[in-house]
Amino acid sequence: MIAVDVIVNQRRYREEVEPRLLLSDFLRHRLGLTGTHVGCEHGVCGACTVRLDGAAVRSCLLLAAQVDGSEIVTVEGLAGGGALTPLQEAFHRHHALQCGFCTPGILIAAEDLLARDLPPTREQIVDMLSGQLCRCTGYTAIVDAIAEVAGA
Amino acid sequence: MKPTQFDYVRPDSLDEALSALAETDDAKVLAGGQSLVPALNMRLLRPSTLVDINRVPELDNVTRGSTSSLVVGARVRQSDPRLNAHLVLAAVLPHVGHTVTRNRGTVCGSIAHADTAAELPLALLACDGTAVVASARGRREISAEELFLGPYTTALARDELLVESVWPELREGDGFAFEEFAQRGGDYALCMVAARVRGTELRVVVGAVAPVPTVLTVDADSPGESAVAQVEPWGSVHGSPEYFRQLVRVLVDRTVVRAKEQAA
Amino acid sequence: MGAKAASEPWVGRPLLRLEDEALLRGEGRFVDDLDPVANARHAAVLRSPFAHANIRRLDPTPALDLPGVVGVLTGADVVELSRPFPAGIDSPTPHYAAAHEVTRYVGEPVAVVVARDRYVAEDALELVDVQYEPLEPVLDAEVAVSSEACASDRSFHYGDVDSALARADLVVRERFRSARWSCTPVECYGVVADWSEAERSLTAWANFQGPFTLHSVAAGALGLPGSKLRLLTPPDSGGSFGIKSAVFAYVVLMGLASRKLGVPVRWIEDRLEHLAASSSSSGRLTHVEAGFTSAGELLALRYDAIEDVGAYVRAPEPATLYRMHGSLAGAYRVQNVAARNRVVLTNTMPSGLNRGFGGPQLYLALERTMTIAANRLGLDPADLRRRNLIRAADFPYRTPSGALYDSGDYGSCLDDALTLAQYDERRAEAEAARAEGRLVGVGMACVVEPSISNMGYITLAEPGEERGLPKSGNAEGCTIAISALGGITVHTATTPQGQGHRTVIAQVVADRLAVEPSDVDVLTEVDTATSPWTIASGNYSSRFSGVGVGAAAAAAERLSEKITAIRAHLGDGSASLRRIAGTVHWNPEALPPGMEPGLAVTAYYAAPNLLPPDADDKVASSGAHGFVADVAVVEVDRDTGEVTVLDYVTVHDAGRLLNPLLAEGQVRGGLAHGVGAALFERHVYDEDGNLLTGSFMDYLAPTAPDLPEPRIAHRESPSPFLPLGAKGLGEGTTMSVPAAIANAIADALGRDDVEPPFTPGRVWELLRQ
Ligand code: FES
Ligand code: FES
Repeated sequence: MIAVDVIVNQRRYREEVEPRLLLSDFLRHRLGLTGTHVGCEHGVCGACTVRLDGAAVRSCLLLAAQVDGSEIVTVEGLAGGGALTPLQEAFHRHHALQCGFCTPGILIAAEDLLARDLPPTREQIVDMLSGQLCRCTGYTAIVDAIAEVAGA
Repeated sequence: MKPTQFDYVRPDSLDEALSALAETDDAKVLAGGQSLVPALNMRLLRPSTLVDINRVPELDNVTRGSTSSLVVGARVRQSDPRLNAHLVLAAVLPHVGHTVTRNRGTVCGSIAHADTAAELPLALLACDGTAVVASARGRREISAEELFLGPYTTALARDELLVESVWPELREGDGFAFEEFAQRGGDYALCMVAARVRGTELRVVVGAVAPVPTVLTVDADSPGESAVAQVEPWGSVHGSPEYFRQLVRVLVDRTVVRAKEQAA
Repeated sequence: MGAKAASEPWVGRPLLRLEDEALLRGEGRFVDDLDPVANARHAAVLRSPFAHANIRRLDPTPALDLPGVVGVLTGADVVELSRPFPAGIDSPTPHYAAAHEVTRYVGEPVAVVVARDRYVAEDALELVDVQYEPLEPVLDAEVAVSSEACASDRSFHYGDVDSALARADLVVRERFRSARWSCTPVECYGVVADWSEAERSLTAWANFQGPFTLHSVAAGALGLPGSKLRLLTPPDSGGSFGIKSAVFAYVVLMGLASRKLGVPVRWIEDRLEHLAASSSSSGRLTHVEAGFTSAGELLALRYDAIEDVGAYVRAPEPATLYRMHGSLAGAYRVQNVAARNRVVLTNTMPSGLNRGFGGPQLYLALERTMTIAANRLGLDPADLRRRNLIRAADFPYRTPSGALYDSGDYGSCLDDALTLAQYDERRAEAEAARAEGRLVGVGMACVVEPSISNMGYITLAEPGEERGLPKSGNAEGCTIAISALGGITVHTATTPQGQGHRTVIAQVVADRLAVEPSDVDVLTEVDTATSPWTIASGNYSSRFSGVGVGAAAAAAERLSEKITAIRAHLGDGSASLRRIAGTVHWNPEALPPGMEPGLAVTAYYAAPNLLPPDADDKVASSGAHGFVADVAVVEVDRDTGEVTVLDYVTVHDAGRLLNPLLAEGQVRGGLAHGVGAALFERHVYDEDGNLLTGSFMDYLAPTAPDLPEPRIAHRESPSPFLPLGAKGLGEGTTMSVPAAIANAIADALGRDDVEPPFTPGRVWELLRQ
């Protein structure tokens, strides 16, 4: 068993895990943070995307053991208990989610892009979304929502 | 889709990492994990031990090499802005995976994984780069030409770690172009080609259509056609061998034209 | 979206969704987020690696020795504890929840291991000792059709096709093939099953989407009366598009595992399982004969369809072949129509509901035929269609095969699409581009989009004399209750998977109870023990805006009448809802004499006109019919075979739009699936029946850079048959896009033998010939 001492959404957790436990399973089933979703477990769909030490990553491609000492933000941590973030608001206004299963991963991935030095262009937003599968929306509304926040 | 059981070692120094590799027969190095972990989840790989090098401080460097080159340490992520200083890496990296996988995937990890459909092994070969590998027994350099032995197979010994990749810079007056053809944005390529023009020398490398990234000797007047004769692609669900040959023909032509334009 | 004039109804407005906030905060409740029963153990499924094999030995003992393993359910147990699934036609091979003795497709369950967690369960799978003896698989539907693998062969005749063909100036004879593909929701299947030995009942939670006919199928397999299979769906479901209907087979499988092992069992399907063994569209090979006059009038249409439903006829199959039965003539006035429908089994994953359900297959054949005919007659494809379209004055219109088309103005929709697409200019540009050697083409499709399926159409698969009791039906239920403090709770059985049912129901109810939509709580979880469901309930055949909304409107209207009567009796016409509710709950003696106490109503609603098939095999297969006219412009890269959609225009008439924002979302989503099927998606099996598209690396679902940004317009011809005039619209573009793009590619390449999906490798092979 590996000791994991990790901060998730500003709360500290100390757990013991089997080496092979995936971070996605750790977040969902050990910590009960079920907002992070799992759609493929081989790195293609992006539903499991979380922020690890400031960067968006696939939680199905990380071991829980690896995040010892790290800080994680999941979708539950974006607004916390407060108002929705501007990006979440934009998703709402643009009808950028239908079933909402892909949404947590897309929000985290988009925030990563928006946090970079230069605001992304519409083309860069579309390119980023090549790593995030949504089967409901056809993506246009998602691009519109992110672009609005980016001012693109 | 859950991995088999393994031991997990997280060394805090390079020496520790190398001795961990020396001690186990079938250890796997865990760097970014963007290729390794899918294979673990699918149980295609069943290592007894994972050696996680993400805490090894020495491996996070991006430095200038002694010759005109960029030296990239084993932990450096594909999204690292320091890499954009190198023209070939800057051209190729946007094609590697997706924004989010580049945040985690490493340059050296992709090279050590040696997937012929991956961009970075091809790029290293296109630059005539080298890999620096280390083990408890010592250090050595392997040229890109000698590094890739077959699909997912490199010249690294079982106990060796790819600690750095060395990326020679383009020279003043060089032209370089990279093209890949994938069915969707961010997919593994069905075919990819890099071309470097240096004076009268033309260096063309193809990937995804041969077991390893491969340097071709092409005729400057009919580059595509001469390239096709040198590959024997296998068919897949995405196309026939003849189709892959066609992609080689087209991409080699396009790449060479662009590289020449750049050189001019 | 708060402000509105007092008189302006909520219905028809682009109200933002009530669903969104929970989903955006990560508070959605999907099946794998629930822990509905304590101590559930985790299942993993052992699956056949062979397309067809005898199971020579299956010994779970070594797996049982692994620490953490609870037990194993084998195919032999399944056969002992359950019955084969009933289906619409008798199948040559009984279908159980797991294979016993013979496996018939790669991925077919052969055993279930239950363990402490999924990791251990997967470890234990590898320890089950199983020995197969591979058998020859049948993979080609054309080969299967002349063997015992042909499960059904029915012919239908309307009018006189033979003599109409004999007098035609042109007879088009072509064959069209629709590949197997799947909508692949991002969330996979999930089931939690809890067997009670004392009650001899199964309680199961699953992200099932209906149709609840399949609840009966599952109960039948379990040998239980329906009341003893309590099926619950979570409030949220991560997309389905038809696919999750087939989770019922795993409800049975996990129910049996729970029963045998005496523990609650939890199974969350992974993506590899999903791609190999959940569900997919049927595959169809259609031979068409179509006769035209030289002026372009369609005189007769004959289909000969071979339908590949995979290894078993799994309910509701062979419904894919019959869902469109009333619409065999599509949007056209032709009176002479014939069809031969053959259903074949192959050693591949069983088929089932998949967005469009029969529409993409039918319209690929019909709409390609129309364009081919136009070209051969030297007519513009748009003109040929216009000449044959059902006219606005003809509605309601009875088709030769029995559908009653409710409303529409097909010609104007087509004109709108042509105008929006600048069709004539695009055609001229494409021609000019081709003259320069580029491969640019323009294509179109006109499709009738049926919604609200008549459950009775499936009985057409049996000849009249063998049909047994007549079947029809499409009813939906809804309960609205008002609490003592005036809170409004609606319970629907429409099992949404992202379509925004909460929002639309809240709009409908708010209008009728004169409240704000945000005052209306809509519960979307279904519990077959307590929800107002019918056998036709669920989220399929785009039935929500007709009957889902119809039931909610009926319940709200009855409540509203009651409230009005109480106000009148109290002599206070402006008494608040809270005051009325308080009175009903706290002082029922104040109600009008004879009025039933309580302030809750359950109402059911069914669309009219949906009778069982008649003696002539005519059937009104759907309750409402929308219309879609599309124009696609594509360019093919001569060097690589890559297809670029340069422009895509789609014009819809789905009757009244209840919420234009959500309608737009449905059109875009349906279009994305249509583009997927046209350009990317296909399940590929090799000659041994191995699945070559078994992961998301090889099964290509389109991502953002891969889709065109369509231009969308609407017309609204309200349905006279439905309470709000609204028809379904979630499937039309999935039906139209493959045909429109195929027509555009045929135009670009100047050839007729084009077949989706148009992946670059496949297109280039055409160019090379
Ligand atoms: S679940 Fe991690 S990328 Fe799909
Ligand atoms: S909203 Fe359903 S997958 Fe994106």
